[in-house]
This record gives sequence, structure tokens and C-alpha cells, in this order.
Amino acid sequence: MSQSNGTPMLAMRGISKSFPGVKALSDVTFTVGRGEIHGLLGENGAGKSTLMKILSGVYSPDAGDILYDGAAVTIASPHHAQQMGIVTIYQEFTLVPSLTIAENVFIGREPGMAGGAFMSWGKLREQTRAILQSLNIDIDPMTPVSALSVAEQQMVEIARALSMQSKLIVMDEPTSALSESEVQQLLGICRDLKAKGISIIFITHHLEEVIHLCDSLTVLRDGQNAGGAAVEDITIDGIIQMMVGRSASDLFKRTTAYATDEVVMRVNGLTTAKNINHLTATALHDVSFEVRRGEILGIAGLVGAGRTEIARAVFGADKFIGGTVEFMGQPVTIHSPLDAIQLGIGLVPEDRKQQALFLSLATRENLTITALGKMVRWLNFVRFDAERALVERYRQALNIRMFSPEQTIGNLSGGNQQKVVIARWLAMEPKLLIVDEPTRGIDVAAKAEVHQLLDELASRGIAIVMISSELPEIIAMSDRVITIREGRLTGQFTRAEITEERLMGAMALAMVTA
Amino acid sequence: MNNNRIDPVRLLGQFAPVIFLVVLVLIFYSLNPRFLLPLNIWNVLRQVSITGLIAIGMTFVILTAGIDLSVGSLLAVSALICADVYKGGQFFTRITGLDISALGGNVALAATIAISIGILGGLLQGTAITRLGVPAFVVTLGGLSVFRGAALQYSNGGPISTFDEAYNFWGQGKVFGDVPVPVILFILFAILAHIILRYTRYGRHVYAIGGNPEAARLSGLNVRRLTLSVYVIVGFFAGLGGFILSSRLNSSEAVAGAGYELTVIASVVIGGTSLFGGRGSVLGTVVGSVLIGVLNNGLVLNNVSSYVQQIVIGIIIVLAVAFDQFIKSRQKR
Repeated sequence: MSQSNGTPMLAMRGISKSFPGVKALSDVTFTVGRGEIHGLLGENGAGKSTLMKILSGVYSPDAGDILYDGAAVTIASPHHAQQMGIVTIYQEFTLVPSLTIAENVFIGREPGMAGGAFMSWGKLREQTRAILQSLNIDIDPMTPVSALSVAEQQMVEIARALSMQSKLIVMDEPTSALSESEVQQLLGICRDLKAKGISIIFITHHLEEVIHLCDSLTVLRDGQNAGGAAVEDITIDGIIQMMVGRSASDLFKRTTAYATDEVVMRVNGLTTAKNINHLTATALHDVSFEVRRGEILGIAGLVGAGRTEIARAVFGADKFIGGTVEFMGQPVTIHSPLDAIQLGIGLVPEDRKQQALFLSLATRENLTITALGKMVRWLNFVRFDAERALVERYRQALNIRMFSPEQTIGNLSGGNQQKVVIARWLAMEPKLLIVDEPTRGIDVAAKAEVHQLLDELASRGIAIVMISSELPEIIAMSDRVITIREGRLTGQFTRAEITEERLMGAMALAMVTA
Repeated sequence: MNNNRIDPVRLLGQFAPVIFLVVLVLIFYSLNPRFLLPLNIWNVLRQVSITGLIAIGMTFVILTAGIDLSVGSLLAVSALICADVYKGGQFFTRITGLDISALGGNVALAATIAISIGILGGLLQGTAITRLGVPAFVVTLGGLSVFRGAALQYSNGGPISTFDEAYNFWGQGKVFGDVPVPVILFILFAILAHIILRYTRYGRHVYAIGGNPEAARLSGLNVRRLTLSVYVIVGFFAGLGGFILSSRLNSSEAVAGAGYELTVIASVVIGGTSLFGGRGSVLGTVVGSVLIGVLNNGLVLNNVSSYVQQIVIGIIIVLAVAFDQFIKSRQKR
């Protein structure tokens, strides 16, 4: 199958893409050979997803061209990409749970009979069975997808890609939700696909997988090419170097530590159940940590390691089935966010748009939502003068750039939106602030401002728990770091012990003690 | 930061109902100058006052991205029980065996009973929505049937008619010369609701849970209690509407208010309140209510059949939501 002529399967050249306030990709070059498994690596926000969304026709690039199968192409839509044989398997599957495997595999392309007026169940079943067999999967094609494990659902996605005669399959973090043996099975399938001449782009944070599986790799950093190599020419350390070696001048540098000995919150043996509503959520096992007045505690871990789950459980947003929490020396029970807020805990959540912002409301209303109770007179009438004064105070203190407080929050840049969300909690005068990915989706300058702000809050004695998937951020900001992997604590490092390599090791490999 | 100026599309979205209303009035006026006679204006307003009152309550519900389909049926139960008590409680006695004839003839009590029944209905449905996790659409679709059945059962399907002047004043009376009492109530409650939504913490929270319930919860709002409260509010207005309708018609009937949910929801949606929650206003609902009244009245004056009126209103609802979607898609960019 593999055509041995010199043209690569895919060559993306000079790709640039900007979003309001952020330059996501800048002059990126990305080449994948025929029948090659190519690792695409980079930290969160490095531009991997944007690049793949351009390849799959979700975004169109601002600049650059794409050569696919030897010809220059413009990929107009996801449907168009599929017709050309480019199929993307996302982290969150696109299967319809109530339909069978066979129906999902051939959805929209069901084999017909009577001139296509009716769907042929017989053909559907047989064709699906043939594809599943070619993948060495022994499941009845008529099984509903809802009855399958995550790994099996992923197989169905791959079967669907095969049924579309795809020549290039993009797998976006395919192993993040799989067990060890399932990972091995998936890697086996990838090798089979390669043997059939299919090219694979394999996006992952797990560097061992890259070394074991891929032929070559490309590393992105801050939306630019940070390097690339054939796998036999590189080590895991070399890959980490490429991923993290950014210019340190962009980052805010902390000069003083404000941590005291006074423990604000102590969490003991935190354990949560697997949440059936969020299959991607990770159950926590026996997680214990403490955070002190004026301290910034970093929580590092890969996507899906359980970082966010810790924040949500402690804040009362999700239930936990085991463990105790002490706050300011007192045992407390936190059943709801309201309980947490009343203790003096604030949470800046991971997903600003989904979990923090009221997009239909004004910036003013977004900022004062938590503190409104302090700004009312009889019958809970809002004191608008007090409200506006509060907004003005934080606008100046945090340098929030807005046209007017009445402006819809959605029209602010990501960095300014984030400052509004932080201000919302500062107005409550919290004792503990949990920030989950505080600088996700905001530009470099705003990042430095947010970092400076967190430093200032620590200097005022607020305890801060900072969750981040960006290691430079964790390293620059944290007084202490805990690492977690698959819902368990895997390491604890003081500021003096923190190095990028150590953290990466504790996050991505096995248990490490510093 | 690239979008700091006032967005004309958004502005148009806000004022579209008013513009549409003005255009409609001008068209009907040019077709028939009688349209703007004071008598006709009061007539239009009186016609929309009952559904308008309920639409005020429905605005709270829809702002939270909820819906209440049961308002017409709840209105009928409220109207029947209130009329029955006012007339000595003949049906009540038949069902419970208790003699409540001493409570008859008291207008304040009758109105209170109508409103209480409405509130109770709202509490039941709100509890089912927030505690059982059944979607509001389903719960209130059930309520639509349950309350209608209860109304028919209560009076055995028949009407309870003929009240005295004190009772009928609230539906038929006029003050300040030509102004019908229901119109006064409509305006007063619209102002009150507007003040609550715009100037109190509660109002802010209603917008917040509709705009983003998860963010509201993470901001410490009691989403469950707030959600329950809006169904109580719309129940209050359904009950009040039952009392006024009974007074206006000098009769309570088990089939009263059938189909009101359509007019009520249409008033809110045409008035620019988003079915997806978080955006809208009572003033918009008032405009939406009047707009439907103007449309009906204008079409009647121009001899268009009432069947066609239904077709027109249905189409306008769809267009209003399509417009809302358009605004929303613009906002996302």
C-alpha cells in the first residue's frame, strides 16, 4: 500500500492562526510521512489543538498552505477533511451512545438497499464485523455503544475511521483515559494501521508512548515549532528540553516567599467516587495536603490526573466519599460551594466560559455576583453606588481593561475576563483562593499580570492553591508543589527541590520521592 | 478588546419588539383611524391584561431557562375554587363535607384563595423540577393535564357563575374615567416585577442562574431554591389571573384559560426574553403582550378571521426565537 515516492502524506507549511487577543500559531511547519506514526507534543496552550483543528477543517488558517497526498488543498470543513481521508479521533468521543456499534461506524453512510431508500441491517452488520475483525476486536456489532468501556468506544472510533478509507488518522490524547493493558492494545492497533500504510498523528503527554510507538515527532511551544526529530535520535530528556525551554523573560519572577507556619486548610485522605456523569473525571484516592497562610501551593499533573477534581471536591462542588478537611484549625464539612464560600474559600474554575462567566450579563454584574449580599439595603435592594465603587476599585487595583463596567463580559479579552473572575473572589476577602488553570487561554502579557496578582495576594496572607498544566507556571509561582497521577499523590517538592525534570517525572512516570 | 463599541445588532435586538410594535400600530392606524381611539386602546390593553399578568410571572421562569405550560389549567382551578368559596362553598362542601358558607361574600378572601392555589401549584411543580430532576417542560406538561382535570373534577365540569358587583369590580370595573381595573393591575405588577428584577439581589440571581447555572452554583447561589421560587411566582400570577378572569366574565369555568400558555409564552418570547435564559426583561414582556393584543385587535378591525390571527402569532413566535438565535450567534464571535 505504502507508496514509496518521496512526497510526504502531509506537509503543513508556514501555518499561522490568531484569535482575538491570542496568537495561537505562528509560522508552524508540520510534516508527516506515509505510513508513519508521528508524535505531536507540547504543553497545554502550545498550539497542538489549533494545528489539528486546522488540519481537520474546523478552523481555517490565517496564513500558510497544506500539501496533502502530494497536492495543495484547502480544507473547508470537517466533512471535507473526512472525504479526503483525514479523520480525527477526539478525546471526547463523538459516538451516539444509544445506537449500536454498527450504526455508529457507518453513521451517515449506512449501506442501503432498494436503491438506498432503506438501510440494510445485514450489510451493516457484516461490513462492521469485517472491520472489527481486521482490528482483532471480538465484539458483536449490534452491541449498543453505551454498553462499551471507554477503550472499546475508542476502538469503535478507529473502526469508523477505517470504514471511511482514511489515509491519515489524528488521535488526540487517545491513552489518557485507558488502563495500562488497554494502552498496549491501542498501541498494537496503531502498529497494524501503520502496516496498512495509514499515517497516524499521535498527540500525547506520555513520553514513554512516544518513544515506544512513534517514528518521529514534532514539538510545539507557544505556537511555534520548538523542534522535531526521528525517535531513534532522541531521548525523553531531550524531548522535555524541547517542550519546556522557553525564554524565562516572559514570566513573572517571584522574589519573596510569604509563607507562614499557620495552616489554613488541611485535607486528609480525600477520596472521591468515579463520577458516572463525567466519564472523563478521575476518582481521587487518599489525597492529603495542607496549605498555609501566604503560601502558594502548586498542584501539578497531566490532563485527567485528577487536579481539577481536587479543587472541586474541596470547594464542595463535587461530593467526596472519604477524607476530612480542617479549615483554620477546625474540622469542617463542606457540602456545597456556599459552605466553602462562607468559610472564606474562593474558586477560580478551570473553564472560564462554562463555569465562571455569565456571558449574558455586564462586567459589573459578573464582578459583584459573590459580594452582592454586602451591598444591599432594605428588602435586598442593590446599592448601585457601592456596586460601582467596588467595580471601580478592582478595575484600578487589577488593571482590568474595559470600555465600561456595563460592557458585556464576553467582549473583554481572556486576560481581563480572568481578572474579573479573580476580583469576584477578592471582593469576598477570602482566606483561601483556589485557582485552576489561572492563565489558560490568555496572552503572555496578561499572564505575567495574573502571576503578579497572585504573588500580591500571597503577600497579603491569602493561602493560594494553584492548579496548572503549565510547568513553567508551577515552577515560577509555587512555594511548594504536589504532583498527582491517576488520582493519587505521587510527589511533594519544596521550592528548593523543584526542577522541571523532577516534576515531569512525577507527573508522567512512576512514583518519585524527592 | 477589539469589540468595545456598542454593537448595533445587539442594540437592534433590544429594541426590535418596540420598533415592531410602533410599525404595527402605524399600519393599523393608517388602515383604520378608529384603531387609535382611546376606547379602543383601553380595549386592547384590557384584552391582554390577564395573559399579560401571567406573562410577567413567566418572564421570571424563562429568564432561568425554564418553562411553565400549566398556567392556563392552574388559572382554571384557582378561578373555580375562589368563585366557589365566594358563593358559599357548595362544591367544597360536597367534596369535603365541611360547611364553609360563613366564608362567602368576602372578596379579599376569595382573591387570596385564588392566589394561594396558584402558589401551591407552583410550589408542587417547582419541587418536582428541583428535587426529582424532571425537566420543567415535562413537569408542567403533566401539570397542564393534572390541574385541568382537577378543575373539571371540582365543579363536575360545570361553571360557577353570577357574582355581585364587589367581586366583578376587579374584572369589569373602571377607574380614572375609562381605565379598566385589570389594566391598572397589569401595569402595577409590571412595575413591581421590573423593580425586583432590576434593582434587587434576588433579581440579579434570577438572571445569573439562567445565564449559567453551573457558574451560579460555584458562585455560592442556591440554584435549587431560586429555581423553585420562579415557579411559585408564575403560580401567583396564574392564581391572580384566575380571580380576575372569573370576575371579568362573571363566571368561572373549568375550561377557562385553555391555550393561555401559548399566548403567555409568546408574549415573553416576542418581548425579547431568551428561551435559553439569562437575557430579557419585564418591559419587553409588556411590549410583547401589547403587541399580541394590537395584532389581534388590528386584524379584527380589518375583518381578518380569528383563525388567521392564530397563524400569524405562531409565525411571529418562530421569527422572534430565530432573531434571538441570530443575536446569540453574533455575540459568540
